[in-house]
Amino acid sequence: MSSIAKEVIVSRRPLGSSLSRWFGKNLIRIYMALAFTYLFIPVAYTFVFSFNDSGKSNITWQGFTFDKWLNPCGAPRVCEALGNSIKIGLLATIFSTILGTLIAFAIGRYAFRGRSASNLLIFLPMATPEIVLGASILSLFLVLQVNPGFWPTVIAHVVFCVSFVVVTVKARIASLDPRLEQAAMDLYANEFQTFRRVTLPLVAPGIAAAALLAFSLSFDDFIITNFNSGTVTTFPKFIYGAAARGIPAQANVIASAVFFLALALVIIGQVVSRKRKVY
Amino acid sequence: MADSANSARGDLKLASVTKSYGDFTAVDDLSLTIPEGSFFALLGPSGCGKTTTLRMVAGLEEPTVGTIHLGSTDITFTKPYQRPINTVFQNYALFPHLTIFENIAFGLRRRGIKDVDESVNKVLDLVELPHLAQRKPTQLSGGQQQRIALARAIVNRPALLLLDEPLGALDLKLRRQMQIELKWIQKEVGLTFVHVTHDQEEAMTMADTIAVMNEGKIEQMGSPAELYDNPKTAFVANFLGQSNLIKGTLVGTDGDSLVADLFGQKISLPRSRSHAADSSIYAGIRPEKFRISLLQTSTSGNLLSGGKIEDVSYIGVSTQYQVMMPWGQELMVFEQNDDGVAPFRIGDPVNISWEPIFTFALRGDEDADAGTEVVPEDLDEE
Amino acid sequence: MKKISTPYLLLLPGFAFLFTFFVFPILSLAQVSTATPISGGDVGEFEQTLRFRNYLEAFLESREHFGRSLVYALLATFIALMISYPLAYALAFKSGKYKNVLLVLVVAPFFTSFLLRTVAWKQILGEEGFVVPPLRTLGLISESTTLTSTAGAVIIGMAYNFLPFMTLPLYASIDRIDPRTLEASGDLYANGFTTFRKVTLPLSMPGVVAGTLLTFIPAAGDYVNAELLGGPNNTMIGNVIQSRFLIPDYPTTSALSFMLMAAILIIVIVYIRKAGTDEVV
Repeated sequence: MSSIAKEVIVSRRPLGSSLSRWFGKNLIRIYMALAFTYLFIPVAYTFVFSFNDSGKSNITWQGFTFDKWLNPCGAPRVCEALGNSIKIGLLATIFSTILGTLIAFAIGRYAFRGRSASNLLIFLPMATPEIVLGASILSLFLVLQVNPGFWPTVIAHVVFCVSFVVVTVKARIASLDPRLEQAAMDLYANEFQTFRRVTLPLVAPGIAAAALLAFSLSFDDFIITNFNSGTVTTFPKFIYGAAARGIPAQANVIASAVFFLALALVIIGQVVSRKRKVY
Repeated sequence: MADSANSARGDLKLASVTKSYGDFTAVDDLSLTIPEGSFFALLGPSGCGKTTTLRMVAGLEEPTVGTIHLGSTDITFTKPYQRPINTVFQNYALFPHLTIFENIAFGLRRRGIKDVDESVNKVLDLVELPHLAQRKPTQLSGGQQQRIALARAIVNRPALLLLDEPLGALDLKLRRQMQIELKWIQKEVGLTFVHVTHDQEEAMTMADTIAVMNEGKIEQMGSPAELYDNPKTAFVANFLGQSNLIKGTLVGTDGDSLVADLFGQKISLPRSRSHAADSSIYAGIRPEKFRISLLQTSTSGNLLSGGKIEDVSYIGVSTQYQVMMPWGQELMVFEQNDDGVAPFRIGDPVNISWEPIFTFALRGDEDADAGTEVVPEDLDEE
Repeated sequence: MKKISTPYLLLLPGFAFLFTFFVFPILSLAQVSTATPISGGDVGEFEQTLRFRNYLEAFLESREHFGRSLVYALLATFIALMISYPLAYALAFKSGKYKNVLLVLVVAPFFTSFLLRTVAWKQILGEEGFVVPPLRTLGLISESTTLTSTAGAVIIGMAYNFLPFMTLPLYASIDRIDPRTLEASGDLYANGFTTFRKVTLPLSMPGVVAGTLLTFIPAAGDYVNAELLGGPNNTMIGNVIQSRFLIPDYPTTSALSFMLMAAILIIVIVYIRKAGTDEVV
């Protein structure tokens, strides 16, 4: 096995010297170290510069300070933007998870006329560039004489989140053994009880994963938000707007905090699911 | 919840049941009565319709034509949860998100029974796994999961327990042990068991009555001994154990016996074991019923002479021989290694003899190879 | 026949939503794309003139950006694939008990804001970052050479930003491969490279298809990387659509959007057909 992987990465063999043999043996480790360095450089940079004793712009290192961490809302409007992002994210998550889960059950569970057309309708928003999606939704709101703002943004986010929810939940439903539901029916559970006691608990992890995905997509979205949010500022929009004149270090503080919070949530989730060892 | 269908008891009767999927007929005009309290096996190769039959009885499929009765109640179209029938599923289908205790209590709770502790603990004792009540199914071994699946079904005291290849996922040794245990539990709880399997040995070990199914129809039904000693079709003769089928012609009678001509040599067989339609037959003899003797030895009973040992396989308790007959057919012979005689060697010229009572006769227009194909152990059939 | 209506009931709310806020807008985009502004009318007032010249004009005006978008997106997708495949392979087969930890680490960088990471790259590679000045001091690059405002920076930026969309589907499909099939291939006289070409790669193809699509589609329509990491010569079709929408010149913008979408859909469909898999959806 190890020789296969080695040769996948470099198709040349160790030349025989101990150095090249060491290199060949550890190539995969070296590669992973490099890849992870590449992945984490901007994250580390953002984190380090959250301690920069900078003024309005945060480009060069001015000295170390905890001030920005103690006062993350210190920069004008940054916390307002964060609050908007969280509100929009939560609403978009709730709506897209409900709509997407219903669709996933229909497509994942039933054979019906129009099933492949339904799959296509779910695929299309994912295949549409964000800029086209954002622009077309905005033009609808303009036609309807609705001003861009908070709710138009939520709606636009739901549009692109639904498909990802459907795909995620559908995968979970597909991996479900149909015999479990048959066993429940066999054991005197009617259709509703079967759904409530067996199907739903088993699909729940997929729904939770889909909700997390929807939230992170919504929270991080800029392009579609930029079209539909009007004067409402979200966190990505705040950064984009500030990028020209200098991003305050508070943005780094908030981004780093979000990073560690998300990391902690994922790790806790992993530990809990391993402890329960359910699936 | 105790509506009329749910409290039905009695024999299970399938009347002219057919199940088609488009052009494909999985079960073809099947009629069958399974007496209350029996251990009944549906035996057949993959795709023979046995699992479909089981699923129709469980309520997981609806027959295209025909009716299913339990006692006097028609259950053909009642929902699975409205039938007093429980199933031990292939690969068990234990709920992975519930503890063993809650898995077993599932059916009781759905029927609105509040106090489940006593019943669950009793059935856990019966399957000898009371210490696993609070575990999750994934923490159990295959054999343990199998017993829990059984416990989860029998705790409901159903009128009928269906077992769908229940031992298929276990290794051979565990399978043998569970066969004996299942038989014991069936006696202990006194329920009707309907057992679906493609393993003829498993069916013979456990069932009182076996129905051999092939291509959606029942080939023959009876006790294990009846099926083995007196098969009615080539399929049954070959699928249950092994058989030597020799082409021949009925030429006369002799009291209760029939006389047949097999490639110029006369043999006799009991009239009660002939299923021939006319004079053209296949004479069937099980390999262990044959005796091999050197040419000069005198023998009684039926005798076929002019054989030659082609192949010898020594397998401990017995030795298996392939004997080439003058008409170009290889016969299989199992000899017990109990007489201290040195085995025959390849090339030895021999005669083959047997007691006439062990001969059966099948229709001469049958496919002599029916049921001999190697059956893939495909557990996810149908 | 109760069973038949259930799926439609489940689909109803979601599809009603998608029809209103996805299908209808896209159709109205198509409608506007052949319209002409009413002379003397308000901004955003058009009449339908079936003026298909809008497409030709839009295309001729921005064919350069179109071409650039496709080339940049293809290169970014290719780079992301080259980075992700060994990474996903190592995660699936080489990470042992650290598999879950490493998987979290692959996703973790993307918990930080996409824009902030892009800005970080801009500053790291920028004039005052910690890469350019040392290189200048060592004389490895000339005073006039920059790392940002280049096509390379835009492409690398996109490859970086869309990396999880590549790595995760790849990991999912490589992880499903039974390692015994690789051993069997070795047993049947295939060397490491042949095993990869004849067994690993074909088996991971669904992941490759899904990953490349999920990277290519957002990359082709992106304008943020071009704006932050690129210069005036690196603008993509997204930048054009974005800027024209603000003028506003809806008919040509709509025509551009529609062409972009059509181009991507055609590429996607041809690609899925060629790759011979429908496991994407």
